[in-house]
Amino acid sequence: MAELQALAHAVRSGATSALHVADQALERAAERRALNAFDQLDDALVRAQAAAIDERVSRGEDPGPLAGVPVALKANMVTPDLPTTCSSRILQGYEGFYDATVAARLRAAGAILFGKTAMDEFAMGSSGEHASGGPALHPTDPTRVPGGSSSGSASAVGAGIVPAALGSDTGGSIRLPAAFCGVVGFKPTYGRVSRRGLVAFASSFDQIGPLTRSLEDAALIYEVIAGRDPLDATTVSLPVTSALQALDGASPRGLRVGVDASLLGEGLQPEIRTSLERAAHQLGTSGAEIVPISLKMARYAVATYYVLTSAEASSNLSRFDGVHFGVRAAGAEGLEQVYTRSRTLGFGPEVRRRILLGTFVLSAGSYDAYYAHAQKVRTLFCREFEQVFQACDVVLLPTTPTTAFRLGNQVRDPLAMYLQDAYTIPASLAGLPALSMPLGVDEAGLPIGAQLLAAPFAETTLFRAAGALRSALAGAGGLP
Amino acid sequence: MSAYEAVIGLEVHAQLKTQAKMFSDAPVGFGAAPNSLVHEVCAGHPGSLPTVNGQAVRLAIRAGLALSCALQRVSVFSRKHYFYPDLPKGYQISQYDMPICWGGVVAYELDGEPRACDLTRIHLEEDSGKSAHTGEESTSHIDLNRAGTPLIEIVSEPSLRSPEEAAAYFKALHQLLVCVGVTEGVLAEGHMRCDANVSVRPVGQEAFGTKVEIKNLNSFKFLKDALAFEIRRQTACAQAGEVIEQETRLWDDTTKQTFVLRKKEGAADYRYFPEPDLPPLVLDDAWIEAERAALPELPHETRARLQSAYALSPYDAAVLTANEGFVPRLDHAVAMGANPKAIVNWLTGPIAGAANAGEVALCGDAALSFEGAQGARVPLGALVDLQQLVDQGRLSHNLARQVWAKMLETGDGAAQVMEREGLEQVADTGALARLVDEVIAANPNQVAAYRKGKTALMGFFLGQVMKASQGKADPKQLQPLLEAALSAEPH
Repeated sequence: MAELQALAHAVRSGATSALHVADQALERAAERRALNAFDQLDDALVRAQAAAIDERVSRGEDPGPLAGVPVALKANMVTPDLPTTCSSRILQGYEGFYDATVAARLRAAGAILFGKTAMDEFAMGSSGEHASGGPALHPTDPTRVPGGSSSGSASAVGAGIVPAALGSDTGGSIRLPAAFCGVVGFKPTYGRVSRRGLVAFASSFDQIGPLTRSLEDAALIYEVIAGRDPLDATTVSLPVTSALQALDGASPRGLRVGVDASLLGEGLQPEIRTSLERAAHQLGTSGAEIVPISLKMARYAVATYYVLTSAEASSNLSRFDGVHFGVRAAGAEGLEQVYTRSRTLGFGPEVRRRILLGTFVLSAGSYDAYYAHAQKVRTLFCREFEQVFQACDVVLLPTTPTTAFRLGNQVRDPLAMYLQDAYTIPASLAGLPALSMPLGVDEAGLPIGAQLLAAPFAETTLFRAAGALRSALAGAGGLP
Repeated sequence: MSAYEAVIGLEVHAQLKTQAKMFSDAPVGFGAAPNSLVHEVCAGHPGSLPTVNGQAVRLAIRAGLALSCALQRVSVFSRKHYFYPDLPKGYQISQYDMPICWGGVVAYELDGEPRACDLTRIHLEEDSGKSAHTGEESTSHIDLNRAGTPLIEIVSEPSLRSPEEAAAYFKALHQLLVCVGVTEGVLAEGHMRCDANVSVRPVGQEAFGTKVEIKNLNSFKFLKDALAFEIRRQTACAQAGEVIEQETRLWDDTTKQTFVLRKKEGAADYRYFPEPDLPPLVLDDAWIEAERAALPELPHETRARLQSAYALSPYDAAVLTANEGFVPRLDHAVAMGANPKAIVNWLTGPIAGAANAGEVALCGDAALSFEGAQGARVPLGALVDLQQLVDQGRLSHNLARQVWAKMLETGDGAAQVMEREGLEQVADTGALARLVDEVIAANPNQVAAYRKGKTALMGFFLGQVMKASQGKADPKQLQPLLEAALSAEPH
C-alpha cells in the first residue's frame, strides 16, 4: 500500500491522530531547518488543520482519502491563510484571498496544507538558487542544489519532512528537482490540473503536479487534484482514470518503450547514460519492446522554449507594477518611477532577464521572427510526438544531463543552467504527461532520474510504464 | 484654394447588457461604491484566470447578426499590453487578428435618403477601470468597478464624409443595438462611446490624408461638434500648407475645441499575442441559430413595414420606431380594429409628449398598458375604445384628450370616464340650435358683418358656440347649423 494511503488509513481509523502526524512533520522540519526548504511555514496553522481533522474523525466523519496527510505547497500557490511570495521580493507579504483549486481539492480530501516551499523566483530557474529567501539545499549533500524551480518541494520530500509536496512544472521544474533529490516527480498533461491560484509563469506550459517518495503516492495525489475546473478554461473535462489502478501489478510485457539513442551521447553524464541503457535493457528482457525512435526536434527545444515562455512571462508579470500588488518602491516620484523602481527593486536578475527577452520577442518587428516562429516550431514538436506515439506507448529519456551540481556552479552562466532542462522541455512544449523516477545513484551517491513521457492524457499508460520499469529493475536485482 | 473633403471612420464601444463581467462572475453596475464590484479576476490578482461570459458572447453574436457581419466560427482572444494604474493586469484582454465578426453594415438615413456604411469588424473585449485624479494632491484614486465590463468594439470603414453623416451613423447604430437588446445604450453612463478617426484630402484625391483620432466621444452632439471643429482645423492647416500630424486628441466641450492627448511618436507597441489562458472561442451553429431566431424586427425593417402596411409617412415610421414600445402598441391596436393613422396620432402626439415629460410610462405587460403619473394603469384596449368613441362622433379630439388624461389618473375605461365627467359631445340638433341662436343674438355686429360678406367670421362663431357648449359641441354638426342660421335673412 502507498505510504500516503497507509497514513490516511491510520488517521481515519483512529490508530494515530492527524495532530501526531503533523507534530512529527513539524519536528522534522525544525531539525532540517538548515535545508531552507520552506518559504512559509506556520506551525500553529498546521496544528489547527490537524486538530480539525481529528475533530471530524472523532465525530465519526470521514475526512477523505488524504486524511491527516501533510502536503507542502509551492510558494506560487495561493491560499488565504499564508502569504504567496513566489520567492520574490516583489511579492513579500502578498496575501491572496482565495484557495487555489489544488489547495481546495487537497483540503477537501482531508490533507493538511503544510506550508509553502521555497522556489526559484517566479519558477524561473533549475537550481533553486534564484530565491529571495536564499537557496534550498540538497537533502543529502548541503553543498549541492536540490534542482529547481520546485527546489523546496523536492528538498522537503527528499529529506522526509513531508511525504508529498506539490510543484509546478513549466519546462521541468517538477521533474528536474525530483531527479536531483531521488524522489518521484510527475507533471500531468497540460489541461489536467487546474492552474487557478497558481501564480502564472508561462500560462500555456505551467502545470501542477506531485513530488512524492513513491509512484503510488504520486498517483494518489494526482487523482485528488486532477479534473476539469470551470474556473480554468484550459482544463479539459475528460474523465480522470485511476493512475493508482494502473500501477497495480504493472508489467513490462507488451509495453512499447521508445528510446532515442542519439540523445544518450554528448553532454550526458556517463553514469546517467549507463543507467538509462541498463534500464532499457532490463525492460526489454522483462517483456517490453524497445522501439528505436528519433526525436529530431529535440535540438530546438531549449531555444523554442525560452522564446515562448519568456514572452508569456513578460506578459504575466506585467501586473507586478508596484501599484496593485506587493512591494512599491519608496520615494518614487510620478507613475513612471513607481513602475521602474518597483520592478527593478522587486524582481531578481533572472526574472528581469526573461522579462526583457519576452518583451523583445513580442515587440513589433521581432514578433514574426521570434514568437510566431517559435509557435510554429512548437506545433512541429506536437506533430513529431504524435508520430512517435503511434510507434510506442512511452518514451524513455534521462531527466537531467547531470546529477545535482554544486551551489554557485551554474548560477553565473544562464545558458548552462538553461541546458539543464534540455531533456524535460520537449514534453513541456507538447504538453505531454511526464514523470521522473529514481534510477539509482552516480559514483558520488547522487540520485539519477529516469524520465517517461506518454501521449496527451495517457496518464494511466505512463503510470503503468513507470510501474513496469520499477518491477523490471527489481527483477534484475533491484536498484544498485 | 482647393476644396477639401473629410474622411471619417468610427470605432464605437458598446457595453453589453450582461449581469456579470466579461471574464468573471463579478457583477456589472453603475454608480456603486468604488471598488465594490470587484473580484480577483477583474482586479488581476496573481493566480486568477479569466473565463468567458457566455451571455456576452451571445450578445456579440446578436450584434453580428443584426449588422449582417460574417460571424467567425473560431475567434481568438489576445492580450494588449500597456501600463496604466486602472489596468491592473498590465494588459487588456481583447481580440486582435481573429475577431468574432468580420464585415457587416450599418443602415442609416441622411437628409431623408437611405445610406449604408460598411463595417471592418466587431471584436469582444473587457473595459478598464477608472482613475480619479484629485486636484492638487499628488495621489490618484483607482476604481476597478468598471474593470472587466464586457464591450464590443464596432469598427467602421472610413466611408463617412461629414459630421452629420457620422452622427447619423452613430445614432442608427445606437438605435439598432438597443433594439436588439445588445446594450442598454445609456450614453450618460458610457454604454456607448465613440472614437472618431478623421482626415481631410483635396476633393478628387484618392489617397487618405494623415488621420487624427478623437477619443471618447459619448454623445451624438459631441461627435458632431468635435468632427466639425477638427475638419475645420485640418482644412485650415492643409490650405496653409502646414503638416497635419498623426495624433490622438480629446474634445473639450467647454472651449468647443479638440486638444492633443498624445503624438504618434508616443504611440505604444501593444505587443499583442494570443491569450494563453483562454482557448479559441468556438461558436456553435445551434447557438448562432438560436440567436438568429430570437432576433427582433430590426429598425430599418420596421420602418419599411410601417410605411407599406399602414401607409405611414417615412417621418411617422421613424418616430414610432425610435420610441421603445410604440410599434407593438400600433400593431396590437390595429389588430384590435383601430385605424392605424388615429393610433399613430395618439402615440406621436400626446403620448410621446407625456412620455418624454415622464408623465406616462409604457409598460412591458401583456396588456401593453400605459401607466399614469400616480401609477394607474390603462391597457392598450382602453385607448382603442377611446378612439372608437371619437370615430363614432361621441367625442371630439379635444374632449378625447381630456378623457385620456382622466383615464391615466384613475385607470378607468373610456366610456366610464366620458359619462362620469359629462364630456360627451353635444350632438343633439335641438340643443345645438339653441346655442347657435343665443350666439347670434349676442353678437349682432359680427352677424351683420358676416352677412355683408365677411365670411371669415365663421371661425369666430364656431369658437363662440364651442365656448358656450364648454367644448362639447360636435363641430361636424355645428357648422351646417351655423351656416343655415347666418345665411337666413333677418325678419
